[in-house]
Amino acid sequence: MGRYIAKRLLSLIPVLFGVSLIVFFMVRLIPGSALEMYMGTQVEATPQQMLELKRIFGEDKPVPVLYVEWIGQILRGDFGFSLRTGRPVLPDIISRLPLSLELTVLSLLISLLIGLPQGIMSSLGKNPFLDLINRIIGLLGLSLPQFWLASLMVLAFSGFAGWIPMGNYIPFSENPLKNLQMLLLPATAIGIGFSAVIMRYTRNSMLEVLQMDYIRTAKAKGLKKNVVIWRHALKNAILPVITVVGFNAGGLLSGSIVIEEVFALPGMGRLALYAIYQRDYPLIQAIVLIIATIFVLVNLLTDIVYALVDPRIRLDEGGK
Amino acid sequence: MAGKKLKLNAIATTGIIIIAFYLVGIIVSFFWVPFDPVDMDTDHILEGPSFATGHIMGTDEFGRDVFSRIMAGSSISLVISLAGTALGGILGTLLGIWAGYLGGAWDHWMMRFADILFSFPSLLLSIFIMAILGEHTLNVVIAIAIVYIPQFARISRGAILQIKQEEFVRAARSNGATSHYILYKHLLPNIVVPLIVQVSLSLSVAILLESSLSFLGLGVQPPAPSWGNMLSGARKVMAIAPWTAVYPGLAIVFLVLGFNLLGDGLRDILDPRLRNVG
Repeated sequence: MGRYIAKRLLSLIPVLFGVSLIVFFMVRLIPGSALEMYMGTQVEATPQQMLELKRIFGEDKPVPVLYVEWIGQILRGDFGFSLRTGRPVLPDIISRLPLSLELTVLSLLISLLIGLPQGIMSSLGKNPFLDLINRIIGLLGLSLPQFWLASLMVLAFSGFAGWIPMGNYIPFSENPLKNLQMLLLPATAIGIGFSAVIMRYTRNSMLEVLQMDYIRTAKAKGLKKNVVIWRHALKNAILPVITVVGFNAGGLLSGSIVIEEVFALPGMGRLALYAIYQRDYPLIQAIVLIIATIFVLVNLLTDIVYALVDPRIRLDEGGK
Repeated sequence: MAGKKLKLNAIATTGIIIIAFYLVGIIVSFFWVPFDPVDMDTDHILEGPSFATGHIMGTDEFGRDVFSRIMAGSSISLVISLAGTALGGILGTLLGIWAGYLGGAWDHWMMRFADILFSFPSLLLSIFIMAILGEHTLNVVIAIAIVYIPQFARISRGAILQIKQEEFVRAARSNGATSHYILYKHLLPNIVVPLIVQVSLSLSVAILLESSLSFLGLGVQPPAPSWGNMLSGARKVMAIAPWTAVYPGLAIVFLVLGFNLLGDGLRDILDPRLRNVG
């Protein structure tokens, strides 16, 4: 198992390298340099000041050299400074990360809570009509724009004062109950769409497993139907669902970008939008890099969890 | 081969009916909409839906007819989604089938490239691209295409790998067919069906992506109507005029649902294992 994890960790390096290349060079594609944009907001500078600024903005060297320097800085934890506030961007991002992560985890929980039972029921359904209704509801959930659902929720629940504590965001550490109350609607808005995905995978996976020989054997042995479903079938059917959850966690995290905007939550997503509206490219660069890295790490974690649960994977990999 | 299998089920048919309904609406909108979708009408700001005034879905904060804007926006939203999916689908499929067919270093590097693009959540990637390229309708198409290139590359590569060792391919090769000929005449037709499913599901996501980008002000710019930027405009007034938010949203939901139903139904037909075994 250790060997498998090590191998997977090593495979991460080229991917992260590629991600950093794309982020770095895409920001270079922007017409006009960061310095010009910065100067646009400032007064005139003397030639000496210009030279100094060029050095600070790293426009005095060829691009490949700049890339290597940039990577060096990032590995030391220096993600550059904001064009607007002049502050280093990393502390700002880190202070907003917990809210976005909490929102992601909550929305994941909500989608599992809805999607898993719905998927299992749908796979067991002997009633084709009910099954059809179930699937259409699932697809409908998948078709709702999150931000629209969120807006409607605000509209519908704003009448119930106290249901959505408006005003300033309260961190979990300050008042867990108030905090969860605040995040319930946003998390539901993100989670409903994803619950449809979970439902679909659970259903398909259950249908596949229920046809297996060992299920027939278990049934033939005279085991109770519930034992067959919960202990034999679900345990195997859950594997693909784990993968889907893992691979989509990053998508949920970026989904919170839009939702944070609707609910005025001070998370990383709102910071990203602010950075985009303000053309604060170092900040955009850092946020995209950090979310993509989280995404890649979660995917890796999913693979490892999968291998832990299903010995076939790591044996297969190790055998090569 | 595919022709026989493609006997449509109820789910796919429902999807097609919904999509056809929208297509008719789009064609009509080219020739006729009830009110001018762009011109402001300050005498009729935020009027509720009413048959008497002709504003069956009400008017927005500039007095423009919501229904007319939905109709006019339908072609904008759908064309962007279609163009983005087509561009990404064609490029991705070409990359994927050549990677799968040739194998070796080309395959290795193409798939690493796809892995890297996959490392960005699609919404984040498209927001990032819009931030770089600037808010412009054409750039939304590019953003959607870039999101889809790796997806189509993976699917078509996988499909090619499954069939490239089959007898009819070897037969064609021993008859002296060129790679080009084998790829486009023998292999491509055999992977068309999984690609159609992917196109259908991709279109549904593309419409949501476009509306999200426009909602955030990064996509189609006002006053041109797109469903996303209509919802963006509605945010300020929806508490007093909910119709400005409800109807454009419903327009998105049903079209996306149409493509989802079509894609899901087609997938069922393709993969008999998933048919209800009960």
